[in-house]
Amino acid sequence: MNSETAAEQPPGKSIGVVRESAPNETRVAATPTTVGQLRKLGYCVVVEAGAGARADFPDAAYVEAGAQIGDPWQADIVFAINTPTDDELDRLKPGATLIAMLQPRLNPEIVDKLAQRPITALSMDAVPRISRAQSLDVLSSMANIAGYRAVVEAAHEFGRFFTGQVTAAGKVPPAKVLVVGAGVAGLAAIGAAGSLGAIVRATDPRPEVADQVRSLGGEYLAISSPEVEVSATGYAKEMGEDYKARERELYSAQTREVDIVITTALIPGRPAPRLITADMVAQMKPGSVIVDMAAANGGNVEGTVAGEKIVTPNGVTIIGYTDLAGRLPATASQLYGTNLVNLMKLLTPNKDGQLVLDFDDQVQRAMTVVRDGESTWPPPEVAVSATPQVAAAAAAPAVQQEKEPMSPARRYGLVALAGIVLFLLIAISPQALIGHLVVFALAIVAGFYVIGNVHHALHTPLMSVTNAISGIIVVGALLQLGAHSTAITVIAAVAVLLATINVFGGFAVTRRMLGMFRRS
Amino acid sequence: MTAQTVASAAYVVAALLFILALAGLSQHETARAGNTFGIAGMTIALISTVVLALTGGIDGLGIALLIIAVLVGAAIGLYRAARVPMTGMPELIALFHSFVGLAAVLVGWNGYLEVEAAGGGTIDPELIGIHRGEVAIGVFIGAVTFTGSIVAWGKLNGRFNSKPLMLPGKNALNLGSLVVFAALTVWFVIEPTLPALILLTVIALLLGVHLVASIGGGDMPVVVSMLNSYSGWAAAASGFLLGNDLLIITGALVGSSGAYLSYIMCKAMNRSFISVIAGGFGIEAPTGEQKDYGEHKEITAEGAAALLSSASSVVITPGYGMAVAQAQYPVAELTRTLRERGVNVRFGIHPVAGRLPGHMNVLLAEAKVPYDIVLEMDEINDDFADTDVVLVIGANDTVNPAATEEPGSPIAGMPVLRVWEAGNVIVFKRSMAAGYAGVSNPLFYRENSHMLFGDARDKVEEIIKAL
Repeated sequence: MNSETAAEQPPGKSIGVVRESAPNETRVAATPTTVGQLRKLGYCVVVEAGAGARADFPDAAYVEAGAQIGDPWQADIVFAINTPTDDELDRLKPGATLIAMLQPRLNPEIVDKLAQRPITALSMDAVPRISRAQSLDVLSSMANIAGYRAVVEAAHEFGRFFTGQVTAAGKVPPAKVLVVGAGVAGLAAIGAAGSLGAIVRATDPRPEVADQVRSLGGEYLAISSPEVEVSATGYAKEMGEDYKARERELYSAQTREVDIVITTALIPGRPAPRLITADMVAQMKPGSVIVDMAAANGGNVEGTVAGEKIVTPNGVTIIGYTDLAGRLPATASQLYGTNLVNLMKLLTPNKDGQLVLDFDDQVQRAMTVVRDGESTWPPPEVAVSATPQVAAAAAAPAVQQEKEPMSPARRYGLVALAGIVLFLLIAISPQALIGHLVVFALAIVAGFYVIGNVHHALHTPLMSVTNAISGIIVVGALLQLGAHSTAITVIAAVAVLLATINVFGGFAVTRRMLGMFRRS
Repeated sequence: MTAQTVASAAYVVAALLFILALAGLSQHETARAGNTFGIAGMTIALISTVVLALTGGIDGLGIALLIIAVLVGAAIGLYRAARVPMTGMPELIALFHSFVGLAAVLVGWNGYLEVEAAGGGTIDPELIGIHRGEVAIGVFIGAVTFTGSIVAWGKLNGRFNSKPLMLPGKNALNLGSLVVFAALTVWFVIEPTLPALILLTVIALLLGVHLVASIGGGDMPVVVSMLNSYSGWAAAASGFLLGNDLLIITGALVGSSGAYLSYIMCKAMNRSFISVIAGGFGIEAPTGEQKDYGEHKEITAEGAAALLSSASSVVITPGYGMAVAQAQYPVAELTRTLRERGVNVRFGIHPVAGRLPGHMNVLLAEAKVPYDIVLEMDEINDDFADTDVVLVIGANDTVNPAATEEPGSPIAGMPVLRVWEAGNVIVFKRSMAAGYAGVSNPLFYRENSHMLFGDARDKVEEIIKAL
């Protein structure tokens, strides 16, 4: 059916979806659903045989969604999860675009490796944390999954209920969960633990997350400190000594009390902060569980072994799995794939299957590690927080551009001007008129809000009912009837007649119309 | 507790019921309840006012006229409401607006006769100036609404030419009459003479005619919702004149809701409100050079049926032409036939399709098309690429690709239904003439477009037969 339109346009570029070669990787960079969305953007999709097998997406499902099974490394654009091996990089064709989590910050040599080849490389983990780029932020989407899974792993090891119950066989207290760090992963963990019925507490150096913690049913434990921390890059940064002492006190007190600890504290480009010491672990009750989500970066907990589950001599289980997101492969692949689709929407402004990289767009600029064989790493820093602050001052102009054309000052100015004009108008009115003006102004506002979300199909009935209602002018005409001269009475009677037609006709026709609308 | 306080209490209840009525009308589930609230509010307001009038010493003639006027008015209103075809809704609504406008003029004149002509009457001397100003404003808004609605009504039912009237210096005429109105109001406030009021009324009547006459047929959704708003302001102005809060509240509700609807319509046409009410958009804009788009392809009803029978997803985009041809019943039957065969049939409605906001929805509802397959432009625009066949029935400018692709086009920037992204487009049209905006439509010359010439109703029936 589409052959005629397709003939007008040059054929779209091809996207290759690789089978991840890392032995523990269960995810895949595209699902049958996202393949359909990529095809809508004009691309053709080649999937490596067995690419989705570990995430339960059989090859047949990809074919059904319109993909071909073949060699993804020969495609114009290659989608992957992890950094490809050297052999795999050699298979890329010249001019190809590689999109994966390349981790150029943790792994600087990858930049040189990529720059030796005539390719373009975009790193999905380098998306700046600004609102506009949220839909392509894989770190957020993976952290969300990992946070959920961390709670599931903890519940699996924990020998008791999360929720409290009163049963015929006695009372069971609810588990107490401490979540360290209320970023995306921490918030997901708070939500998951809360929905299992546990009592959830959370700490974070950024006081502005307190409301987010509470919105998910958690209790925010503030570390009282004069150092108010607002990070310009959206991540927490390392704290001063005084703060650390208070922090230790808090964690020491909490670990004695809670059953589950989930730590998520990460500082970009640096080893994870050591927050829970061996002494604190030793204080915990036997059977308690710690999930250290920062294990891959050294761990927040003393004694964590990355990728392993260990049990301390006092019976505390420390889980240091580094593949928490990959333990939900279907969801992780779907979210990663959708992030990629959103990226491709950004890179394909004409929806014609042609990739356009725009370096004026700070999101695209920030993600690009190598362009046409030339290293573009590191990108200029992107500030995400508009809170006025000395450190963020230099980056402020970039934030300004993100805003709408009407500045707050101008909007407030206009509102103030309108307010003053209205004020003067009313101030010169006589007392008797002011009551009516108040009613008038409030009714206008009410009318505006009441109509604000009217369904498009009901515009005509709405108009006919307002028609009927505006026949209320009959009330005015009625009061002019009689008691005065005959001329006035006759004129008023005509007005009553006209308005009555409106009232009865308007309501009746609205009723008739509404009777016609039906669902299938 | 006097008759006056009882009436005031009833007015508050009635006003709240009217707000509930408008709120209810915004969703299908609550729309019927909303109408009932409206009726209840009106009943309360009417009964309490009649009681108030009776206790206020109305004379025998007044009572007789009251009964006659209400009975006759109710009979006419109910008769018209029961008989109007859904294609005639825009005319009916425009006519109803004119009634409110005329009633406001009459109430305003009565206010003058009662007070100023009778030498001050019972009004506090301090407030007499305000009262005069209220008479002038009430009469002015009412008169503009009245003649404006009459012209809109005439244009909608074909009694008047629907082409925009192009008087030289029409903006100056509009502005000039506003200035004259302001001057007359000042004169009338200082010295309330009969000639001043007559002159003011005449100016307002002429302004109403000119305002709407210079707006073309395709802008009617904006005009009708704008007149809806005016009728509300007219009622509110009468409320100020009579010191009646119920009239003020109700008028303001209707006025602001009508203004909001007009705003939605203007946004759908990518135009500023001012440029629409100042009129004559289609002519003043640069027409863009006539491009040669090549040859169009014709298709027969049988060919269209063959395309439809092999399709799995069909979108129908109706326009005013469907209403003119009364094609909604055969279209609904076609929809049922295709849906029974398992074809996914949906409707895409442009916000300004037809001559009234929501006009197409009402027509399709009349023909028993379920409302959940009737989608708004934004809801369906991304799905055209996955659609096998689009039927464009009596729509033209709302499906014109020039709006997005040709920056020089007069309709550039107007959001349109992107039907051309579908596999095949069948355009029902009487001839190759341009649409209301006078813009030729490159859609007709696209590779995947097929023209089906003739009366839409006959052609749809032929397709059903061929299926």
